Amino acid sequence: MTAAIDIDDVSVTLGGVSVLESVSTTVDEGTLVGLVGPNGAGKTTLLRTINGVLTPDRGSICVAGKGVAGLDSRAVSRLVATVPQSTASTFEFPVRRIVEMGRTPHLGRFGTRTADDRAAVEKAIHRAAVEHLADRPVTAVSGGERQRVFLARALAQDTPVLLLDEPTSDLDVNHQVRTLDLVADLVGEGRTVVAAIHDLDLAARYCDELRLLHDGRIRAAGPPESVLTDATVEAAFGAQATVTTHPVTGTATVTAFGSDSSAERDGTVHVVGGGAAATPLLHRLDAAGFDLSVGAVSVDDPDAELARTLDADLVTVPPYAPVDGETREAVTDQLCRADAVVVADVTVAPGNCPILEAVLDAATPIVVVDGRPVDARNVAGARGRRLVRRLRERGTVVDADGVVSAVQRAVDAVDRRPAETDPRP
Amino acid sequence: MKTSVRTGAWIGGLIGALVAVTLVSATIGPVAIGAGSVADIALASLLGGATDAPASHRTIVMSIRLPRIALGALVGFALAAAGTVMQGFFRNPMADPSIIGVSAGAATGAVAAIVAPVAVPVALPVAAFVGALIAAFGVYLLASEGGRTPVQTLLLAGVAVQTFLGAVVSFMLVSAGRDIQEAIYWLMGHLHHSTWGEVTVATAVVLPAFLGLLVYARDLNVLLLGEEDAHSLGIEVERTKRLLLTVSSLLTAAAVAVAGVIGFVGLVVPHVMRLLVGPDHRILLPTSALAGASFLVATDTIARAGAAELPVGIVTAAVGAPFFLYLLRKREVQSP
Repeated sequence: MTAAIDIDDVSVTLGGVSVLESVSTTVDEGTLVGLVGPNGAGKTTLLRTINGVLTPDRGSICVAGKGVAGLDSRAVSRLVATVPQSTASTFEFPVRRIVEMGRTPHLGRFGTRTADDRAAVEKAIHRAAVEHLADRPVTAVSGGERQRVFLARALAQDTPVLLLDEPTSDLDVNHQVRTLDLVADLVGEGRTVVAAIHDLDLAARYCDELRLLHDGRIRAAGPPESVLTDATVEAAFGAQATVTTHPVTGTATVTAFGSDSSAERDGTVHVVGGGAAATPLLHRLDAAGFDLSVGAVSVDDPDAELARTLDADLVTVPPYAPVDGETREAVTDQLCRADAVVVADVTVAPGNCPILEAVLDAATPIVVVDGRPVDARNVAGARGRRLVRRLRERGTVVDADGVVSAVQRAVDAVDRRPAETDPRP
Repeated sequence: MKTSVRTGAWIGGLIGALVAVTLVSATIGPVAIGAGSVADIALASLLGGATDAPASHRTIVMSIRLPRIALGALVGFALAAAGTVMQGFFRNPMADPSIIGVSAGAATGAVAAIVAPVAVPVALPVAAFVGALIAAFGVYLLASEGGRTPVQTLLLAGVAVQTFLGAVVSFMLVSAGRDIQEAIYWLMGHLHHSTWGEVTVATAVVLPAFLGLLVYARDLNVLLLGEEDAHSLGIEVERTKRLLLTVSSLLTAAAVAVAGVIGFVGLVVPHVMRLLVGPDHRILLPTSALAGASFLVATDTIARAGAAELPVGIVTAAVGAPFFLYLLRKREVQSP
């Protein structure tokens, strides 16, 4: 494959502030490359440099083997079409006229539009699905519709390279996917697309490759799964993040939690989960900075998988196996080491009753998460009901949102206890 | 094609309106001459035929009324065209042909020529024209940096230069002595004593300049989307801006040089036409120019129809402002 775009050591300074520093990367022909990164990372600036709006202070950009700096804007506009992030058009041009403007690079000074031009415009209107808007003033369509109008304009421009700046930022879920499906089709036809995309999940799902920008530099480049990791996302976005695999699309999905300066909390929390009941709790507690232990859960349970991802101390049992004495002891060890124990709204079955009994036997403060009603999740009869009732009497009952603060209070209470009565061995 | 049919219909209608206004205007004055007689005299002069109209009527129509009407039409045409371009260029509804100091420069040159101790023949329009271009060029230079001319800077530099030149004009006026009346009369805009010579000179500037703008109408449309968009659609933004500024300043300078400062035509007429035909400059520019021509001929007719002739600038503002306010309330004048 040949490089459609070759960016070599490009630095850009805007208003005395360095926005891009020594950015070098290539984009292969017929690929969709996503630019991801936090606000102000330089994504838009990089796009504006590729299409020649900005001239780099240093370095060069070649599109289709031609140096952009040496081309006039007409020549560049036949190679690169751009869909801007927001176009505040206050003039009441009909949508069709806006799309027709995409043909500007192909018209002569006095030239009138040819049949080819008109056909390209109609095709673009059709592909961007804005036919129903064609005769409306562009000022009378919504922000999301306008984005597709400008995508249609870029399609009418009929260039080998397409630059999209946040093409889905104003779109609803359905149109986000439809727009990106269209972009994927264009790439399938051999066009090269570079898109700044805010939504990391969408970026991972649609892009062949990503470039992670942060502070004007490319921090990671390659396939989405290699670019989006807990560490890179945390470093670039400053947010606690968990990258997992999306169950439906099978691509990377990023869950971020606000970065809290007090996030690195001390304390170990044991979580009783199973059947994915603990998944949201584990994410929250991990993001809050607690050390975690999990047990006992089935070895293939989603909670177990997440515990491994989060590097939590994990006790498992084979699939469908009840908790035996050895497992119960291992969990009791975990409970002794923990400053607090969180009991998720797990299904109470004869198999995991020993765990709940171990929780009641240990001296560790208990936080009970109030989720599904007991009768809806108890298959262990009177024994199960009694265990849940005693847990609720002994522990603090909170909903999922309150779990971090409840755990924090429990941990603080442990810390204030005199050392000689510390129940931990 | 649909657009060209619509454009043709509008232009045809507006040319018809201009002819009608011209005929009506030529009948009005101290000596009543019928419309038929006016048409007869005009056609006879144009085509070299004979007419049975009295010689005095021929003189009044051909040497007094028609040159004045023709000059009024040209000035209105030029101002409305330049105003259309400036409003598009600045994407600002308050832009008018004088926004970058053209009128202020012309006024400075004209008043200087009027109060100058030595009277030079034809010095006044030449001084006004040169003053206008110097001011516009100065504003452009002040607003440019590193090969770029941001429109906001241009706007602010224009306001500053206009204010400064206003001070210069005021100073010349207070020290003008007996010339002050002539100077003030010029500043208010006037079309009296128009000659075919002025019409010829003004046409020589206005017509090519207007055709030049027309060629760039499509580029101006694209520029309305914003400079970055225009650039990515292949417009050489800075070069196009320079060209549009130069040509519309030429148009305005020519109009101001022969007719003084006539306000409001270049502001209101493009607005009204944009309401009627939409923002596409391929149709907006010619229709605005033609409507501006009719508007100025009509207002000038009102200005000279009374017992004492008024400067036409007073009439354009007095007629234009209420009409504009009416539109503003009724249909919400769109900011471009």
